[in-house]
Amino acid sequence: MQTTILYIGRDTEITTVMSRLLNARPEWKGICVCTDDEAIAICNEQHLDLVLLGNGIDAECEKALRAKLTGIRPGLKIIQHYGGGSGLLYGEIMTALNH
Amino acid sequence: MSQFILHKENTRGHANHGWLNAHHSFSFANYYNPERMHFGVLRVLNDDLIDGGMGFGAHPHDNMEIITIPLAGAIAHKDSMGNSAVIKNGEIQVMSAGTGVSHSEFNANADEQLNLLQIWLFPNKKNVTPRYDQQTLDVAASHNNFQQILSPNADDAGVWIHQDAWFSLGNFDEGFETEYKIKKAGNGVYAFVINGEVTINGQVLGKRDALGIWDTDSISFKANTAGAEVLLMDVPMELN
Repeated sequence: MQTTILYIGRDTEITTVMSRLLNARPEWKGICVCTDDEAIAICNEQHLDLVLLGNGIDAECEKALRAKLTGIRPGLKIIQHYGGGSGLLYGEIMTALNH
Repeated sequence: MSQFILHKENTRGHANHGWLNAHHSFSFANYYNPERMHFGVLRVLNDDLIDGGMGFGAHPHDNMEIITIPLAGAIAHKDSMGNSAVIKNGEIQVMSAGTGVSHSEFNANADEQLNLLQIWLFPNKKNVTPRYDQQTLDVAASHNNFQQILSPNADDAGVWIHQDAWFSLGNFDEGFETEYKIKKAGNGVYAFVINGEVTINGQVLGKRDALGIWDTDSISFKANTAGAEVLLMDVPMELN
């Protein structure tokens, strides 16, 4: 069974890379978007196991986004993704899913 | 009462990709060890051996302070900010990835292996404007002295980053002893032995061993062999 991971980041190049990285693993299904509206729509439409917050999301947007996403899906795990690439991704996801 | 964690050289993660032989002090890429995630804000310490002419093509980063220290050879760097540079042994490079930057890193020499330390620290501020800097280190000043090579302050010695961290590098004569005072309350020190054998707070450390120490304001140091070389990373223990 695939783990569905939503990535939200403002940089289109990094978002493209994140989509490639997440979907390179058969056990993960990655959905990567740049806007909060897209993220909220996806959260309304389907089950999510984890949300990664990428670059460029300011503190105010992050607070509002966290509130909206957990309002739709209480208990949804939301973590910050650091580094913008493959280096930390696996460790961040495994740590989040195992806690 | 000070606390410590010992990371022996042979307990690091290892990935040999042929052209790249990497040792990871903390979980990185496909190496995942829940017990080795970070030391305070120090998240990555990679010890990479890169074959001549080989390297990492353009790839993005964000929200990370990335420090590169070539130990042998030279690295050719290009990034989306327009920087193009070669950083060689005796120099240090820093990049604040902030809102996002893309860069490539290659061994600048076709016939010589490159050995570098790449260190990633969580930033104390997210989404900063990306920046790049490099400096030549004063090698003579690091003889029997922990010479500061990185700090949070633009007007202080060494390069600067968006984090309350200080790095110091020293190479020592056999028998040389000193004490290092931690720069800020709440910081710990991750001591990485580049070469030789040293004793830190009573722990004997060999080449590529590391000792993390916290809940203290200073550490004791002794070089057990001539030419012992140590990198001290003085970092906040709490994630910002």
